[in-house]
Amino acid sequence: MAKITAGIATSHVPAVGAAIDMGRTEEDYWRPMFEGYEFSKNWIKTNNPDVAIIVYNDHASYFGMEIMPTFAVGVAESFEICDEGYGPRPVPPVEGAPELATHLAASLILDDFDLTVLNVLEVDHGLTVPMSLMFGTPDKWPAKVIPLAVNVVMYPQPSGERCLSIGKAIRRAVAEFDEDLNVQIWGTGGMSHQIQGARAGLINLPWDQKFMDDLINEPEVLQYKPHLEYMREAGSEGVELIMWLIMRGALGDKVDEVYRFNHVPASNTSVGHLILTPKEEA
Amino acid sequence: MKPDFEQFKDLPGTTIFTIEKAREGFHFNEFCMSLRQEENRKRFLADERSYLDEWEMTEEQKEAVLTRDFQKMLDNGGNVYFLSKIFAAEGLSYVQAVSTMTDMNVEQYQAMMKSGGRHIDGWRSKKERGEA
Ligand SMILES: [Fe+2]
Repeated sequence: MAKITAGIATSHVPAVGAAIDMGRTEEDYWRPMFEGYEFSKNWIKTNNPDVAIIVYNDHASYFGMEIMPTFAVGVAESFEICDEGYGPRPVPPVEGAPELATHLAASLILDDFDLTVLNVLEVDHGLTVPMSLMFGTPDKWPAKVIPLAVNVVMYPQPSGERCLSIGKAIRRAVAEFDEDLNVQIWGTGGMSHQIQGARAGLINLPWDQKFMDDLINEPEVLQYKPHLEYMREAGSEGVELIMWLIMRGALGDKVDEVYRFNHVPASNTSVGHLILTPKEEA
Repeated sequence: MKPDFEQFKDLPGTTIFTIEKAREGFHFNEFCMSLRQEENRKRFLADERSYLDEWEMTEEQKEAVLTRDFQKMLDNGGNVYFLSKIFAAEGLSYVQAVSTMTDMNVEQYQAMMKSGGRHIDGWRSKKERGEA
């Protein structure tokens, strides 16, 4: 039986990917941020998943405006790296997990989540930067990946309730898969940031920290936070944090906090990172 | 549920990319997407005006691109992730491009970010600022 054994939340700032790709992680500006991920890179060496379900959003990299799915799952054998305008990141292609992915997509659709199925997908920094932060710079990624792309770019984004509940459905679907697999779920994006308009540069660290507390302890309350509040308090792009609710929903009622890290800034963004594990039922 | 697009107008210095804005900016954002290809980036930078004229964009949208007025691009249906393809074509970072939408130059903006970012006090709502 497959099982979700941990959840990872992390920001997915594009400049972080650029710093890794250009070998700048030791510079004064970047070192404190990358040091915050040292624990996690060690942790995952002993907790390497067979498959990571990575909840992320595309940033007008693969999806244009012709088709804008609210939730879309990548079921392919592999996923190439997008050219986001600077040339593709020099990282290995991402290997998919078609058997679990098709099972997951089918389960979710039958559970009334009207998913879009992606047989072709190129992935952008939203998915690859978290992989670089957790796995470093290997020649081949050590885990298979199921990309779950969420529209957080165009309002209306899915509601917080919907995100938490699709996470719960993911937990059930994985538990019903026959193969023995160690599965993790990653929620990416955030934390507070705004990269447009006269209010650009907004950071709200106290709000981010409260969001982490509530995500861990009170997800059933947090799910009702309206989009407007994310945008007002955490910036227009802070609404990406609804993706962390999907991760949280997939971990069950109670979780243990393994690790937490905050750092301001990376480029325009407040970086936040969590490792959570489901609390074993007594 | 009836959508409420008006609620976002209270956010100061912020343009929320709604499904309505996406319609308004459709061809504009498609132009931006075309710059994901290296050959298109080259062609655009070599002759911006004629490249823009290949797209069903409004004259205002084209003007905004030619003058690199990112706020005007947002006002005319652009979304920052799409617009990033324009500044990426020129090798500019998000910080370099984003700072032009504020009242700061890029050094001031970077200094603000390094000291913890823009504080939210005074930036929560237009009502609070006496602008509404
Ligand atoms: Fe993002």
